[in-house]
Amino acid sequence: MYAVGILPLDVVAWLVQFWIVLGLAALFLQRAPRLITNVIFPLGALASLLLAATGLWALAAPTNIMVLPLGLPDLPFHLRLDPLSGFFLILLGGASFGVSLFGAGYFRSMSGGMLGLLCLQYHLFLVGMTLVLVADDAYMFMVAWETMALASYFLVTTDHAIPDIRKAGYLYLLIAHVGAIAILLSFGVMQGGNGIGAYTFDAMRSAELTSFWSSVAFLLALFGFGAKAGLLPMHVWLPEAHPAAPSPVSALMSGVMLKTAIYGILRVSFDLLGTQLWWWGVLALALGLLTAVFGVMFAAVQGDMKRLLAYSSIENIGLLLVGIGLTLIFHVYGKDALAALALTATLYHSLNHAMFKSLLFVGTGAILHSTGERNMGRLGGLIRRMPWAAMLMLVGVLAISGLPPLNGFVSEWLLLQAFLLSPGLPNSYINMLVPVAAAVIALAAALAAYVMVKFYGVIFLGQPREHALEHAHDAGIWERIGMGWLALACVVLGLAPVFVVGQLDHVSQMLLGAQLGNAADNWIFLAPVDTGRASYSPLYFLLAVLGVMLLASVLVRHLYHGRVRRSDPWDCGFPAQTPRMQDTAEGFGQPIRRIFEPFFKIERDVPSPFDTHPRYHGQSDDRLWYILYLPIKQLTGKLSLLAGMLQHGRIHLYLTYTFVTLVVLLVFV
Amino acid sequence: MQIPYTLQFINLLAALLLLIAFAMLAQRRILSLINLFAWQGALLALSTFIVAYSTNQHHLYYSAGLTLLLKVLLLPYLLHRLINRLNVRWDVETLINIPTTMLVGIALVIFSFNLAAPISQLAEGITRGLIGIALASVLLSLLMMLTRRKAVSQVVAFLALENGLFFAATSATQGMPLVVELGIALDVLVATFIFGIFFFQIRETFDSLDITHMEKLKDD
Repeated sequence: MYAVGILPLDVVAWLVQFWIVLGLAALFLQRAPRLITNVIFPLGALASLLLAATGLWALAAPTNIMVLPLGLPDLPFHLRLDPLSGFFLILLGGASFGVSLFGAGYFRSMSGGMLGLLCLQYHLFLVGMTLVLVADDAYMFMVAWETMALASYFLVTTDHAIPDIRKAGYLYLLIAHVGAIAILLSFGVMQGGNGIGAYTFDAMRSAELTSFWSSVAFLLALFGFGAKAGLLPMHVWLPEAHPAAPSPVSALMSGVMLKTAIYGILRVSFDLLGTQLWWWGVLALALGLLTAVFGVMFAAVQGDMKRLLAYSSIENIGLLLVGIGLTLIFHVYGKDALAALALTATLYHSLNHAMFKSLLFVGTGAILHSTGERNMGRLGGLIRRMPWAAMLMLVGVLAISGLPPLNGFVSEWLLLQAFLLSPGLPNSYINMLVPVAAAVIALAAALAAYVMVKFYGVIFLGQPREHALEHAHDAGIWERIGMGWLALACVVLGLAPVFVVGQLDHVSQMLLGAQLGNAADNWIFLAPVDTGRASYSPLYFLLAVLGVMLLASVLVRHLYHGRVRRSDPWDCGFPAQTPRMQDTAEGFGQPIRRIFEPFFKIERDVPSPFDTHPRYHGQSDDRLWYILYLPIKQLTGKLSLLAGMLQHGRIHLYLTYTFVTLVVLLVFV
Repeated sequence: MQIPYTLQFINLLAALLLLIAFAMLAQRRILSLINLFAWQGALLALSTFIVAYSTNQHHLYYSAGLTLLLKVLLLPYLLHRLINRLNVRWDVETLINIPTTMLVGIALVIFSFNLAAPISQLAEGITRGLIGIALASVLLSLLMMLTRRKAVSQVVAFLALENGLFFAATSATQGMPLVVELGIALDVLVATFIFGIFFFQIRETFDSLDITHMEKLKDD
């Protein structure tokens, strides 16, 4: 392979250029929207697939670097492809392959001009994310990061005629930029005041920082990347922006873009910063736990299906951060085998989340297309109208709930294994904290399953709640292919954990200098530490499940008497029943709302029993918005009013400002 | 020490330049203001020519020619046409009365000579006064921008400010590279065109060229 002189990084560079060309081509093809959906999007998807393959190649290949002839004079762009980047490229390519194919069907209904623009932004978004992953200096990184943020902003505001969507986009842009400033400052701290040439990552790796400045850099990076990832308390943009964006875009943002933030945290804390401190890990762990429980709690009370998924993304980001925190703690205390376990769980879960969350988001897109409805209270019974979408989304729902033999189970199982193995750390406080954290993780995982039962049950099961749903049509062929790929990825990642963990070892080796390996020494059983302790074989599990199901159906067929009597079910003595009387999303989430009541700001109008036109209104708001964000907003407003007092609109006054400034400077300088 | 005649001549021109700057500050009528501006340009061109002659730098001849063309002929012609078209040959209204402005101007001249003194020590002793004069004329033009109400006179002040800068560049430091001078000349020309367009826009909007009306643009 190396004989021909092609490096993985070259392929990445070609694919990036190919995407840019595709996006520009779409601009010129506005007259032929069919061409954009049927040719450009599938070609972009093909590039995604190649990117994933390149990432897989790069995992095992030695690190390669490249200096681009672009950028400012004396400040060229540096690229670098190492196993960590390679892994995230697999994630990006794998998820975007499915999403782009889905997009080929989904964007069919858009008009040509908008479609061309959207196609350009979509591919620029992919380019931005790819370049973030392979950037090797702060300059390139920030340029790519901003490209990604701006492209996704324009994608979120695709339907900018709607004021709420503009508002959501603005909130997103604001928080993204606050985060970007923090990241830039973090890079500034890490380069250690060695001049402009020290902004390459290589220089940062060799910079000698005191533990104080390392901590400052870590905290800034955690804040900056956390704002992009939706970490508490910077999560507010997620539930606004995700429902506003077109579904494939939400899928990419939630599935892939949030992971670039995880990549950033990993890159900064393990690669760029030479030393780590134990309390970083504790901080990340605590923040992650809070975020996870917060996300899943709010997901449980949502009535809008995309908002629900957005909150579920917050939960998963929390889990990932817990994994990072655990890795940091283990790594600092020298237990690198355990650190590798926690890191593997984190990376594995990133990949899984990219697949199943993308699947669910594009699935909501298919539903939105065929019904025009995001509110779960108006859906229901879609399994009969949309059997394809229902079956494929079932895979995603089972995976995200963490049920074996699908992929969600493997990563959550690995994470809990890491927790269970933690006793033995030299810090007794952490030893006491960790079991509590494991319990919180278990709670979050269980609640996540609850949320998914609600999500799937309310949308697909039961009777249609509205008459319009009778005309719902199933997903188109492109959409089915896209969803099918993502569902297949969920299944394969679940069934082949030994292979995946073996590949992830390259990343652990690079970041921690330790590998997880597989104690079971065969490809059927996955045993992270040793076979006596815990092992898992999804294949046997699948066979057992299939066997039990087969047996049950055979038994039922042979033993059941077969006499079927058709009649109305018992109606509790209340004959006038309509589909609207089924359990709603609101009703399903009610127990959670009751249990965790202090966390919500609940607003409800319950009509009186004598009201002839009863209207029910219920809303559970985020208290953090009122406690944290509104005061900041008011403060900003006041400060800008103060600054506004300088502006009288009189040119003479402005000229006087200039004049006085000039004279003062001349006197003093 | 015998100062060369060329340098004495440049010193004379510098003094005249400062005199004209004061005259512009004191001038009430726009028409005379533009004529004064043209005279200032002529002095500038002459001084550049003399510098070119004495230092034997060829590109300064072009520069002098350009100044003559642009600042003595083209810009005054454009401004004349503008005030005819806009019909604004009225008296200039000032915000502060003229004697006060003159007093402030004198203070500014003292200030800039004082300021330029350490810089001039570094320069070859003979051009000592020139930097101070150039700085003074820049500040005086700025003062004129401050004290005038009408947009046209502000633009003339802006152009005079540029003259001061140009004088500092050519006479005190023996010239800039030609490319820079060309760039600046082009900038001034473009700025004048943009101002011209703005005049029409301002008048369309407010029925007047009095820029105090622009306070209305502020949102409350």
